[in-house]
Amino acid sequence: MLAFAILSAFAVAPLAPWLHRRAPAASSWLLALLPLMVTGYFLTLLPAAADGAVVVRYPWVPGLGIELSFLVDGLSLLFALLISAIGAFILIYSGGYLAGQPALGRLQLLLLLFMGSMLGLVMADNLVTLFVFWELTSITSYLLIGFDHEKGENRRAALQGLLVTAGGGLALLAGLVLMGMAGGSYSLSVLLGEGEALRAHALYLPMLLLILVGAFTKSAQVPFHFWLPNAMAAPTPVSAYLHSATMVKAGVYLLARLSPALGETPEWTALLTFVGGLTALTGAVLAVRATDLKRILAYSTVMSLGTLVLLIGIGSETALAAALLFLLAHSLYKGALFLVAGIVDHQTGSRDVTGLRGLRWTMPLTALFAGLAALSLAGVPPLFGFAAKEMVLETALGTGLTVTLTVVISAALTVVAAGLVGVRPFIGEPSPTPKAPREGPWGMLLGPAVLAGGGLLIGLLPVPLIDALLGAALSAVQGRPAVLTTALWHGINPTLALSAAALLAGIAGYRYWNPLRRSLGALDRLAALAPERFYERAMDGLVWLADRQTRLLQNGDLHRYILTVIFTLLVLVGYTLATRHPLMPEISAQLLFHEAVIGAVILIAAVFAATTRSALGAVAALGAAGFGIALIYVLFSAPDLGMTQVLVETLTVVLLVLVLYRLPGFTRISSRARLLADAGVSALAGATITWLLLLAVEVEWSPTISGFFVDNSQSLAHGRNIVNVILVDFRALDTLGEITVLALAALGVYAMVRLRGKER
Amino acid sequence: MGSMILRTAAGFLLPLLLLFSLFLMLRGHDEPGGGFIAGLVAAGGFAFYTFAFDTRHTRRLLRVDTRSLLGVGLVMAVLSGVPAAFFGQPFFASQWFRFTLPPFGEVTVSTPLLFDIGVYLVVVGVITTIVLTLADPEH
Repeated sequence: MLAFAILSAFAVAPLAPWLHRRAPAASSWLLALLPLMVTGYFLTLLPAAADGAVVVRYPWVPGLGIELSFLVDGLSLLFALLISAIGAFILIYSGGYLAGQPALGRLQLLLLLFMGSMLGLVMADNLVTLFVFWELTSITSYLLIGFDHEKGENRRAALQGLLVTAGGGLALLAGLVLMGMAGGSYSLSVLLGEGEALRAHALYLPMLLLILVGAFTKSAQVPFHFWLPNAMAAPTPVSAYLHSATMVKAGVYLLARLSPALGETPEWTALLTFVGGLTALTGAVLAVRATDLKRILAYSTVMSLGTLVLLIGIGSETALAAALLFLLAHSLYKGALFLVAGIVDHQTGSRDVTGLRGLRWTMPLTALFAGLAALSLAGVPPLFGFAAKEMVLETALGTGLTVTLTVVISAALTVVAAGLVGVRPFIGEPSPTPKAPREGPWGMLLGPAVLAGGGLLIGLLPVPLIDALLGAALSAVQGRPAVLTTALWHGINPTLALSAAALLAGIAGYRYWNPLRRSLGALDRLAALAPERFYERAMDGLVWLADRQTRLLQNGDLHRYILTVIFTLLVLVGYTLATRHPLMPEISAQLLFHEAVIGAVILIAAVFAATTRSALGAVAALGAAGFGIALIYVLFSAPDLGMTQVLVETLTVVLLVLVLYRLPGFTRISSRARLLADAGVSALAGATITWLLLLAVEVEWSPTISGFFVDNSQSLAHGRNIVNVILVDFRALDTLGEITVLALAALGVYAMVRLRGKER
Repeated sequence: MGSMILRTAAGFLLPLLLLFSLFLMLRGHDEPGGGFIAGLVAAGGFAFYTFAFDTRHTRRLLRVDTRSLLGVGLVMAVLSGVPAAFFGQPFFASQWFRFTLPPFGEVTVSTPLLFDIGVYLVVVGVITTIVLTLADPEH
């Protein structure tokens, strides 16, 4: 049931385009039923998860310890509920955002695929399962950023996001494998109890660094933060969902998840607090510098992600509680603000805060939800954002001066950003926009209404459900039972004073935004451009390297290719044979008459193929040699091999003839000396392979493998033809790999021939 | 390119070869044969047909784009591994279903058969794609 709930999105996703064609207007509402049902199901799991982790396992590759297994505890449920609940509103919203456009079906498909991947990521128990879903979110994110794929700029942004996050994913894989080796298990639920052993392990530091690279790239931490603002090329519902509420929090999720196993060491605390704090400041400064609604929100998201990493790095109970509160509050208000920005963009045709004014007259509901969400972002009571910010400030005060300064400065700058996005466009005198502004359709207003309203509701009233959820999540992160409330009022204390100071400073900053923006411009080069320029340099370097090594290794001279291949083979095989099997094999074969005849035919054909001056003759001779070999297979009772050989030879001749048909006539271009050298190389290669084969016949193979196939082919796989049983059952995965290569080869031939055809 | 004799022969041989390839594929689990060999036989038939007539005829006969055979085949092969998950077994563990279908008596369906059909389609797709592309690069 659990696996079904998590994977259902993958099953429904392919139906989305079809459903959209049948019922364009209703499809989004219908599809949103799925995440709503999934949300309901996850809610029923809450009591069980609050009592402790539930693990569900399905074997996958048991030989390697890989399984499809899911872990349900407070933390994974908190994320899963955010993903499914916000997902439902995002689907409804995108129905309004792309109303009447045929591309909507594709968007729904990708959103559902992403939702399934993200649910799998946060619920995964096995490290390999987690990694697979982690990479799936990177790929769906790539497809969604490049959704409007006809713009080169969008494609570039999509590729940048993919390279940064999937590159980090590779580091993560290495880190997870190290952790699995060190902890003796690939199961998170086991590893979380192995914290002592993991932290004391010799591989702790490499493991930690690799996992952090994975988490930091995904969660856009400095110096990898530059991909996130560029990802705003995606349609707005995608930005709200992936690049604010869920996917970018995957790194934060991983850190929170692993903190009982890897956390609370000096390295962990130092790295996370430093990078997180730096990211929070960078994001806050850049948010105030930007003028595009979505970019302001993107940088403000970077700031929030930095704060979350900082809090997890501090790792005390208050800090972790603050992180969870802040995470929930952020998903609500930032999701709402992104959706509002989308409505403004959709209804006015502009996202430039310098040109948008006075929209409250024409879009009153949008203005209301924007205001609510912005107040929550700014941390104004009685909204939920205030409670979250109080907790963050309390943690910072308990940690030290640097952290306090970082948090207060970024909080003040966040107030400015909140004003720019949620207040400025709606007040003042209306200014002209590309499209005459109108209130958004209610499908688009529903999401911001629920998210912004949720922020108000949780702030005003104690919601037992939310308290229970956050408490369970905190217990999971800490590894011991804990209670957490969303209570707004903590009393009059230094925290409140800091909060008020940040708010006042922020309001002043908003009032004097233009001078502030200009004075912060000096930081631009340092904060925004340096890492991105490094990325571009690295990309250019990669292309340069590919270019050089292609010129060197693939210069188009077939003669050289073959020599390279043969020499590599000779050196590797010859070296191994000479060092490990220095003896000459004994030749003790008895040759029957018909075998000798076949051998002679093959030899004559081979000599003819090497010496003839007719290309067609050479092809035919090669074919004859191949048929001879097929006959040998048949004689030694391998009918499957024989049949395959005959068919492959036939088709090879057909293909070669087709190719020869397009080639110029046969000419000798090699000099006599070169021909002799080639003959020498060929003879050497032939001798080496003969030597290898003779030795291979002598070696006694482990009898269990072929014996196993012979014994079990009938009983386990219900087949008498062992060759086929091995191909389609025992080693089906190998066969799958082989046919994938075949398919790629065919596409390669197609692409190459087609491209040449176009060039002419 | 073909002569009258070749064309007439191709018209008769192609259906026979395709039938033979199906026979080879279905019996492959117990007797020499299997999806790979069967795919080669079928593809050989189409290659022969292309020589006798031309690529236009072969394409019309195939109806589908040969490249989509690659995709369909690969998807079938991957999907054949999935049913095992529903029975709590590792991916690609073969599953066998026996049931009685009135006119034929007892019938057995299995995931390796689905896999083998996938292999068959990929092999046919690979060879026909290459043959048709090389024979008619401008298409």
